[in-house]
Amino acid sequence: MGIEEKLPSGVLLTTVEGVAGYMRKASFWPATFGLACCAIEMMTSGGPRYDLSRFGMEVFRASPRQADLMIVAGRVSQKMAPVLRQIYDQMAEPKYVLAMGVCASSGGMFNNYAIVQGVDHVVPVDMYLPGCPPRPEMLIDAILKLHKQVQTSKLGSNRRDQIEALETEALNALPTSEMKGLLR
Amino acid sequence: MPTLKEQFWDPVAGFGVTFRTMFKKVVTEQYPFEKKPTAPRFHGRHQLNRWPDGLEKCIGCELCAWACPADAIYVEGASNTEDERYSPGERYGRVYQINYLRCILCGLCIEACPTRALTMTNEYELADDNRADLIYEKQDLLAPLLPGMEQPPHAMLLGDDEGDYYRGSFRPAKNESEA
Repeated sequence: MGIEEKLPSGVLLTTVEGVAGYMRKASFWPATFGLACCAIEMMTSGGPRYDLSRFGMEVFRASPRQADLMIVAGRVSQKMAPVLRQIYDQMAEPKYVLAMGVCASSGGMFNNYAIVQGVDHVVPVDMYLPGCPPRPEMLIDAILKLHKQVQTSKLGSNRRDQIEALETEALNALPTSEMKGLLR
Repeated sequence: MPTLKEQFWDPVAGFGVTFRTMFKKVVTEQYPFEKKPTAPRFHGRHQLNRWPDGLEKCIGCELCAWACPADAIYVEGASNTEDERYSPGERYGRVYQINYLRCILCGLCIEACPTRALTMTNEYELADDNRADLIYEKQDLLAPLLPGMEQPPHAMLLGDDEGDYYRGSFRPAKNESEA
């Protein structure tokens, strides 16, 4: 009936996924979520010298509904965490999160009661970027690594299978408290 | 009522700035395609250095871990034996981990290191998609084996005891002219 039955199996869908991934990564709009000093480096990345618009990312959207990527730049306090979650929930699918800097990634040097020890306690993080603050090249490098992820992302039933597989893997993972060996 | 200058000259002067800019040199760095070198003393990823014969310089003293303001370094020392020797002298670092999600690349660990075992490279492309891979272990941090170096464990090849190493009075390694 359709063209997909005349082609060998899997060819059409993978091509559609590739095209969709290319479109997604080629206009990947970040939401501004600058919280501290990392935001300065994030603004510099958008400026003329490092120029994120070379990758179609020059528009830092103030509205989460038009953004694909949330760059969490800076330390997230306990009081900011619900706000962060609400911004994330307002973003339209597909959405990605980049934890920029050590504070957003793990709490960094602020190991205290005021700071969330990594934004992955609040939202799922797709890319961790160390550095305090990371220089614009590091941010661009992280974004390009994320672009590679977006390019190979799945669609439709493949996407559902992938989510299910990842969830099963996460549920069966060994808890940190039971890990043995050198990593402790 | 705007004056004649405001009506006619000011728009021309304004677009003149735009026009002149077209002939200026572009400041944009083409980062992933052309990488500009960092400043020579840029604080990048750490490196654990080796003696010219391949033995490790780290003695497992944990001073770097004590100096670290973010508690990013974990060291566990162990004793060298005559059969299994990783560094000249008594002790070596058996476990060496740096958590790059905590490390702020301040360099206080470098200042604390008594044997210059820990230094920093200019490498900065560290981003990764999970937390576990960003804890760098000893094999990720150790300097590569250069020509003339041998993978430890092995005996002290350059001197009779660790004093020769630390005084700098060791024999030059094979295939290498400078000590």
